[in-house]
Amino acid sequence: MSPLPDAHVDIPHWELQNNTGSVTVVLSGTWLARTADIPRFPDDSFLQRRGDSGTLEFNTQAVQSWDTGLIAFIWEVTRAAKDAGLHTSLEQLPAPMRKLMELLPDTIASPAPVAPRPKLLETIGSGSINGLAEIGTVTELTVEVIKNGCLTLVGRGRMRGVDLLNDTVDAGPSALLIVGVVNLLVGAILAFVGASQLQKFAAGIYVAALVGIATVREMAAVMTAIIMAGRTGGAYAARISTMQGNEEIDALRVFGIPVSTYLILPSVLSLTITMPFLYLYGCVIGMFGGFLVATAMLDLTPAGYFHATISAFGVGQFLFGFVKSIVFGAFIGLTSCRIGLKAGRSASDVGIAATRAVVVGIVGVILIDAIFAVVANAVGI
Amino acid sequence: METVLSVEDLTLAFGPKVIQQDITFDVRRGSIFAVMGGSGCGKSTLLKSMIGLLRPKTGRYTVDGEDYWAGSDAHRTDLNHRFGVLFQSGALWSSMTVGENVALPMQMFTELDTDAIRRLVELKLGFVGMLPAMDLYPSEISGGMRKRAGLARALALDPDILFFDEPSAGLDPITSARLDDLILNLRDGLGATIVIVSHELSSLFRIADSGIFLDAKTKKPIAHGSPVDLRDHCEDPQVHAFMNRTRDEEEKSP
Repeated sequence: MSPLPDAHVDIPHWELQNNTGSVTVVLSGTWLARTADIPRFPDDSFLQRRGDSGTLEFNTQAVQSWDTGLIAFIWEVTRAAKDAGLHTSLEQLPAPMRKLMELLPDTIASPAPVAPRPKLLETIGSGSINGLAEIGTVTELTVEVIKNGCLTLVGRGRMRGVDLLNDTVDAGPSALLIVGVVNLLVGAILAFVGASQLQKFAAGIYVAALVGIATVREMAAVMTAIIMAGRTGGAYAARISTMQGNEEIDALRVFGIPVSTYLILPSVLSLTITMPFLYLYGCVIGMFGGFLVATAMLDLTPAGYFHATISAFGVGQFLFGFVKSIVFGAFIGLTSCRIGLKAGRSASDVGIAATRAVVVGIVGVILIDAIFAVVANAVGI
Repeated sequence: METVLSVEDLTLAFGPKVIQQDITFDVRRGSIFAVMGGSGCGKSTLLKSMIGLLRPKTGRYTVDGEDYWAGSDAHRTDLNHRFGVLFQSGALWSSMTVGENVALPMQMFTELDTDAIRRLVELKLGFVGMLPAMDLYPSEISGGMRKRAGLARALALDPDILFFDEPSAGLDPITSARLDDLILNLRDGLGATIVIVSHELSSLFRIADSGIFLDAKTKKPIAHGSPVDLRDHCEDPQVHAFMNRTRDEEEKSP
């Protein structure tokens, strides 16, 4: 060990003094965790004393100033001493240090063993079971929502009208601007793409049919649903998972207020009600976007474009998109509420739930749309 | 003993709504100062103004003679590094483990290396008996444990002034008594000055050296002194009722 430094040297310093029957740790200098580098106590310092039932003592008279850095060091020494079978005496420590040392446990428990990684087969198995259970829960929830919805229709439900109104305003009129902007641009983009190709064949007038059919059959419904999944679905999931964190859901359960009527039904209903109207609105705006581009790029008269659009599709196409958007609305409402209910209770869980609701909403909408397309093709709409 | 924190004629308000006014008191170094009063009287609001979360409407608040609210935001942040705050429900950051919660301030504001930080985190969690929960997330531990972990985090930067907001609210009597011991030991060990907002009488009688009693109706402090003094000698009927756990005189008469 190096000799004791001068009293005015500030670096933290320690040395061991071996006496018969006892070891003294002599400490000196400034032991501030923030400003000085607190040395580490070597674990093998007591090796030669192992098996010797001596006493460990401390001498802190030359310590100038200290904070928890010193306590951290003394704690390490006492733990090493315990491992070496030495008895520690804190008598010589000044009262403040002793009080802090008394708070500390004399061992650090080894960290809990990490659970072994599950095997591949186990992962597949538990994944499948969870998937099946999830399908069951969602189905149950759907049935309950439909049942409560019917009860509400005949006036026996317990849904609060004001909740439905608030949710509907939020999912409907408040969304008009963004749904309008997106559909206008999608219609315009379709017209651009169509015009540049069809012009080559001198078939510019078919731009109207292209924009009309694409908007009515697919684009208006899908784009509106994607916007609503991001905007409203995410909001529902975040709201319900925050309520979960505040024990609000627990309070509803204890009172026996069915979560499906009180929380989920207004959300699902409002999306199911507003979505078809947003779809119709999106169709009109989308076709208007196509109209603007087509009349500007091609030499089409407004009246001619209008006629070409009208004659391009029938009521069946409209009905197809209309039904689709109702399904999208119900799907987004149900899944986002379910994801909110399933979320954990911490702040980061709220973020995870909102993200998941948006992702599941968008992917699900596109999947459902694909199923519709296949069915429509088979039926011949 | 010298004064560390000094509050003069402080008025606290949310917009036009005055919460408390004419608050004046000094806190001596190494003492435990209690802010008392019924629910909704502005105790926590006073604490907020002392840790930089709410600018008082008027009045002066000094820390070691430096005007806390007169300086820049950066100056206030520097002063705040002398503070350790235990929030009412622990306020642990939920995306981090207990250990990471304690480590973060050290990583942000000290030059310590990873190993030194780990040693200090272990020490601070050891003080509050939370070492076994080091790798758990806040959502995995109980409310009392969250509070103790919050205390370990408050100690992260070795503050010399500690603020506790309702440290024993929601804890069982034994845990609460242990927390009192812990607070006393930390005060004696670290020499810290402690401001504690509480209406937990048994704990106040045990640990607080001096204090102030805020009244919700008059929006003013109505008594100064240590909780034990206020219990035994205060003439004010409301303070007397509060400290002795009897009902208010007005409430008793029909």
